[in-house]
Amino acid sequence: MYTFSNRLKIASFVLMIVGALGILGGFVMAPGTIAEAKEMVTSHDGGHGDAHEVEAEHATNENDHAVAEAHGEEHDSSHDQHLLDQLKNRPWAALYVAAFFFFMISLGVLAFYAIQRAAQAGWSPLLFRVMEGITAYLVPGGIIVFVILLLSVLHMNHLFIWMDETVVAHDALLQGKAGYLNPTFFLIRAAIFLAGWIGYREYSRKLSIAQDASDDDSNFKLNFRISAGFLVFYLISESIMSWDWIMSVEPHWFSTLFGWYIFASMFVSGITVIAMVTIYLKSKGHLPDVNNSHIHDLAKFMFGISIFWTYLWFSQFMLIWYSNIPEEVTYYVTRIADYRLPFFGMVAMNFLFPVLLLMNSDYKRINWFVILTGIVILAGHYMDIFNAIMPSTVGDNWYIGIPEIGSVLFFAGLFIFWIFRAISTQPLQPKRNPFIEESRHFHY
Amino acid sequence: MASKVIHAFYDDDDVLMLAVKRVKAAKLHIEEVYCPFPVHGLDKAMGLAPTRLAITAFLYGCVGITVATLMMNYIMIEDWPQDIGGKPSFSYLENMPAFVPIMFELTVFFAAHLMVITFYLRSRLWPFKEAENPDVRTTDDHFLMEIEIHDNEQELRDLLMDTGAVEINVSEKNSH
Repeated sequence: MYTFSNRLKIASFVLMIVGALGILGGFVMAPGTIAEAKEMVTSHDGGHGDAHEVEAEHATNENDHAVAEAHGEEHDSSHDQHLLDQLKNRPWAALYVAAFFFFMISLGVLAFYAIQRAAQAGWSPLLFRVMEGITAYLVPGGIIVFVILLLSVLHMNHLFIWMDETVVAHDALLQGKAGYLNPTFFLIRAAIFLAGWIGYREYSRKLSIAQDASDDDSNFKLNFRISAGFLVFYLISESIMSWDWIMSVEPHWFSTLFGWYIFASMFVSGITVIAMVTIYLKSKGHLPDVNNSHIHDLAKFMFGISIFWTYLWFSQFMLIWYSNIPEEVTYYVTRIADYRLPFFGMVAMNFLFPVLLLMNSDYKRINWFVILTGIVILAGHYMDIFNAIMPSTVGDNWYIGIPEIGSVLFFAGLFIFWIFRAISTQPLQPKRNPFIEESRHFHY
Repeated sequence: MASKVIHAFYDDDDVLMLAVKRVKAAKLHIEEVYCPFPVHGLDKAMGLAPTRLAITAFLYGCVGITVATLMMNYIMIEDWPQDIGGKPSFSYLENMPAFVPIMFELTVFFAAHLMVITFYLRSRLWPFKEAENPDVRTTDDHFLMEIEIHDNEQELRDLLMDTGAVEINVSEKNSH
């Protein structure tokens, strides 16, 4: 039985407090008026690149701007208003990226867990309690993401441009999508998905614990069945979630493999966190039956899914780059023009780094190698979500500063606190899982 | 040079694994084990050095990606610049996304084929090669462990019989 050590608890609280201050600072520093916004941009010009240089691109790149122009308003004032909206968006976007990133880790673990259950995998039952602990974060993480989405619907921010009725009124494309992309249906979908994910997690966890005390395998079998059914629901809901929560920040643009792409990101992040938490617990003397073959298997998944992510990233990029259709290619034009370093840096972190570090079979069993690669993978997939959200919400006014770091620290603290608290509530090793013997003797 | 070897037959891979471990524990040198299919973990149990095939695969992959890059650069950029979707046709780097699938495929192609050829050469397999396995049953349903005899035939027989061998033969062997 694991007890949540005080040091870790204090560390997680420190992260949360520092992070909360950073988030607060981000909101306080956001400009309130157009004059303040213009001042910020001129004084910061060195770091951010020239906001005004790319005015010509703006008309095609940013929908709301194009709308404003079509409407025949004076260009300068609409541009200034746009700048103000972007700068006001920054703390919100930073909060949303970090909130979604940590939520997606637990959602990725949930998919991995359901697959292990549905496949009746023999190697992984020893890690089930670790996975169940990480998926516990679905509840607070999901609620926070939902609240941010709700506040967007209530016009507290401009993250989702299609929620603004005045924008939709002048945009034929958004009017055409309004049957699907409207605030009410958006929130209903989010609520259904969250209810489904959390519902499965809680029920499966209950069965998993009940199995320990039971004298037959009925709980195990039921868990197998609901997991197989859940995966069907998950694939559909995860795909729609990725369109809703991420792709719709750029409502004119779409990609048909976006759901898979986001799935790969959350899957690899989730597996990485399972490996890191397992190694941490093992270093504290817990999980005595977990051997380096289990770590080896997790590292193989980290390696493989990193390549899978790259495959999807590149498939999406190459087709759009090749065809060069203006309404599609604008997505990458803005990213390469304004986000060159995070955009290409992310590919190095998510592909080159794990491929080169984890290629050798022996390195997959060295704990510090797995942890090191894991940290880079997690940072890389944070950048992935950053690159998906930021260009459409804050444009070229991005920076990894107080709001971004503060948000990451806050959610990292909450995540650590929540998952280790959940892990400490139950024995770390399932007792009566029918595959536990196979898992204990798992040997590569 | 001819030497005397003992051949112990097994009809189960688990029994064979335990036998190999016991023979190794008795500090005897196992000349070779012939199997109808790869037995997982046998190389480790026999104490064989880890394979270096993976290193050659990596090197072949590097050769493959280099060949692909040079080839595409010559064909598509230098010799006869190709217009790819209206992209600037005099720069490899700016057209690189179009070449990635080929770079990937040739990396895999070189790594896979050259690795297989290396494996054949290293295992001394080539066309018209005379089979080296001492008994045809090792291609069907028997496993055979070969140990060299150094005036300890009876000891070896007892030990091997005890490990569950189904048949034990002694034969002359010409070392190659």
